[in-house]
Amino acid sequence: MKSSSNTLSNGVVLNSIGKTYDKGAITAVRDVSFSVQPGELFGLIGPDGAGKTSLFRVLTTLLLPDAGTATVAGFDVVKDFRAIRGIVGYMPGRFSLYQDLSVEENLNFFATLFGTTVEENYELIRDIYVQLEPFKTRRAGKLSGGMKQKLALCCALIHKPQVLFLDEPTTGVDPVSRKEFWEMLTRLKEQGITILISTPYMDEAMMCERIALIQGGRIMSIDTPSNIMHAFPTTLYSVRATDAYHLRMDLLAESFTESCHAFGDEVHLTLVHDASGKAAGRQEVIDAMRARGHIDVELREVEPSIEDCFIRLMGQHHA
Amino acid sequence: MPDIVIQTRELSKRFGAFVAVDKITFDVKSGEIFGFLGANGAGKTTAMRMLSGLSHPTSGAATVAGFDVFTQPEEIKRTIGYMSQKFSLYEDLTVRENITFFGGVYGLSNQAIKEKSDQLIEQLGLQAEVKKLVGSLPLGWKQKLAFSVAMIHDPRIVFLDEPTGGVDPLTRRQFWDLIYAAADRGVTIFVTTHYMDEAEYCHRVSIMVDGAIKALDTPRNLKQTFNAPTMDAVFYQLARGAQRTAD
Amino acid sequence: MNQLLSFIRKEFLHVLRDRKTLLILFGLPIVQILLFGFALTNEVRNANIVIIDDARDVASREIIGMISASRSFRVREAQGGHSSIDEMFRSGGVKLVVLFPANFNNDLMHAQRARVQIIADASDPNTASTLTTYVSAIIADYQKSTVQSIALPFSISTQVRMLYNPQLKGAPNFVPGVMALVLMLVCVMMTSIAIVREKELGTMEILLVSPFRPMLVIVAKVVPYLLLSLVNVATILVLSTYVLDLPVQGSILLLFGVSTVFILTSLALGLLISTITNSQQSAMLFSMMGMLLPTVLFSGFMFPIENMPIPLQVISNLVPARWYYTIVKAVMIKGLGITSIWRELLVLVAMTVVLVVISVRKFKVRLA
Repeated sequence: MKSSSNTLSNGVVLNSIGKTYDKGAITAVRDVSFSVQPGELFGLIGPDGAGKTSLFRVLTTLLLPDAGTATVAGFDVVKDFRAIRGIVGYMPGRFSLYQDLSVEENLNFFATLFGTTVEENYELIRDIYVQLEPFKTRRAGKLSGGMKQKLALCCALIHKPQVLFLDEPTTGVDPVSRKEFWEMLTRLKEQGITILISTPYMDEAMMCERIALIQGGRIMSIDTPSNIMHAFPTTLYSVRATDAYHLRMDLLAESFTESCHAFGDEVHLTLVHDASGKAAGRQEVIDAMRARGHIDVELREVEPSIEDCFIRLMGQHHA
Repeated sequence: MPDIVIQTRELSKRFGAFVAVDKITFDVKSGEIFGFLGANGAGKTTAMRMLSGLSHPTSGAATVAGFDVFTQPEEIKRTIGYMSQKFSLYEDLTVRENITFFGGVYGLSNQAIKEKSDQLIEQLGLQAEVKKLVGSLPLGWKQKLAFSVAMIHDPRIVFLDEPTGGVDPLTRRQFWDLIYAAADRGVTIFVTTHYMDEAEYCHRVSIMVDGAIKALDTPRNLKQTFNAPTMDAVFYQLARGAQRTAD
Repeated sequence: MNQLLSFIRKEFLHVLRDRKTLLILFGLPIVQILLFGFALTNEVRNANIVIIDDARDVASREIIGMISASRSFRVREAQGGHSSIDEMFRSGGVKLVVLFPANFNNDLMHAQRARVQIIADASDPNTASTLTTYVSAIIADYQKSTVQSIALPFSISTQVRMLYNPQLKGAPNFVPGVMALVLMLVCVMMTSIAIVREKELGTMEILLVSPFRPMLVIVAKVVPYLLLSLVNVATILVLSTYVLDLPVQGSILLLFGVSTVFILTSLALGLLISTITNSQQSAMLFSMMGMLLPTVLFSGFMFPIENMPIPLQVISNLVPARWYYTIVKAVMIKGLGITSIWRELLVLVAMTVVLVVISVRKFKVRLA
């Protein structure tokens, strides 16, 4: 059964949003436009300094945009900011919690802040809170990173927001907690809450319904993860040899190489295509590497990951 | 034949009744990139502090670059390089001032400092930024500069504590290229990281859980042993059973 | 050695790059030397005194002439008995009254003895003693020089009465001063730090992104310090009455009322500071340098305002603590009521209103 909150119009729309700091000296965000559908799990993927936090702060009405317009659940971020503040949940980076208040006290405080009680919306946070309950009298400052993350999420959800903004909620948290966090988010989606989440981890992009790749304040691509991966313009190969580092150095020196990047113990390779669309053949590559003395050379075609796409798009967007 | 630069035998650290590091034993060879993985609270940082001469172990034995960690921590500190995510460079000093300062702190002569800084600046392509405050540089450049500065006194061993947090994928790879180049020259790199694909860049990886080393091998062997497609999956299998979740 | 030098060099760079700290490092001593050297002094100057001359004879006129000539006094002559003298102290800002009885000269010539009455406002015991001493010295001078020329020994005795504080206890001076200082300290510094701490921790972001009105955030931050400060006032008064033996002469209710106004002023100042700083450290620095120092220097508690050159007297009018200090002394030591202090109270209230309006306006509803 759909929740009682108004989920029909809880989408987010941005039109050419721009944000600068220091009287225009620093451009954090430039000409950003996209929409998030009601109930969608949308990811903003990009490294530090890409503009993710600035965007989130504009959307949660903490900062005024210098250009463009945006609406959250139909409310304008500039004119109707009070309305927005009543219906969004926000989890800023560094999980802002009151370190010297206990788990319980933090939760109660945030519930009261939004004019509700913990009991009223407990159903929403139950799955998450059960893990915290054994620690409910412990001071928030004494919790581990993973626990803080869960508590911060509960505090952001306790008033049953229509739109949830999570700014880098998994940064600095161990991989196990990260996985658990994403499982929690997927369950939340079923409640009809629109979720916008930012992260620098490319692998987390796969968990979102749609993503926007952002770098240097600009959006490089917006689509579903699989569409983005399918849009990779050329064939991607993975090459392995015993010495991955020197393999890469040697591949870079070859004329048939368009790009090659390290990926763990593999090297991801794209080949140069001539005017007629022809490129070097697989055997040619393998032979070239063997000739340079590499042992156990293997080559196979692979599906590009989000990280491959990101790197390629970065290269295209560099002036 | 590469020689062994770090050697530990049942090295332990106890804080009262709490065993932070539990009898870790391993060897690291010269020129090796050794990945040190584990969840927060698993004991990585404590172990690293013992090996870099910053913390006095409780029991066991270990030598770093031939120096005993119990009796010669000062010599160790002088021989190693150290870079962490929490601190690297002074934001309100310029690029050159930072290099000059750390050169001086590591005991280089003025002449050596001058040579090294020119070399470093050229290598990193920072000629245009030399007089800028480090705080104004993009994160990726800061990290590359911090790494180079940690290497300025040509240490044989470098300890890197979560050095690549938050940067874009390209810059991360460039950073690792610096690490590779150093390893090629025979420098031993001891690195901790949260990025599992970086675990793949290492020659060998150890995974700490609850203060003890639960796995130590090349990434390829680990994936085979645990029947996992990626290091991420290997880690997940091991870390899941962890008791400690403290920070 | 080289290493040490590198380190020292780096520390220099840090300091030189930090403009705000430099300002305090170099600016402050200069300001202090100038202030203390030229302006702030315990030396008495231009004290308002009233002379009641019931004698109007040679001796009295001569003495009065000598007193008037002194730089220390600003003399006004008046007529009147004791009730008008009381009024002078109460409302006129008069520090000292000298009374020459009728037949002063006659008494000197024929009885070889005469008495001059000196009544001083001892709510500020230091000034009172100083002024009394000055006047007595002048009278003694007159006595000496006249005796020599007339060859008739006579003595002029001075009967000194210290009003409000007969034992010349130091407490009446510093208790009101301490009250002003303590309230300022707690309210300004603690409030600004408390608000800035939220900014630093990042929890301010979450507070803003909620339906809770920012105004209420301010109120919530301010109320604990309001209550604590009132408790402080009570503590100081209790200690003053029972330990220092300096009970409150006037209405305690009025004292609390006035203190509440001053507390609000200080809280508004704390709020204002929090809107212009972003770190707890600079909030503290600002509160200290920006607020506490002027309060100590210009409130009249350590250095009487009348002794300052005119420009500084004008500045002291802008310091809220000055008005509060005056009111507290009037109510607590002199036992005066609202009819005497309503002017000062009005000034304080006006300051409070202005500060509250400005600081609430400046409190940002957004992060930037």
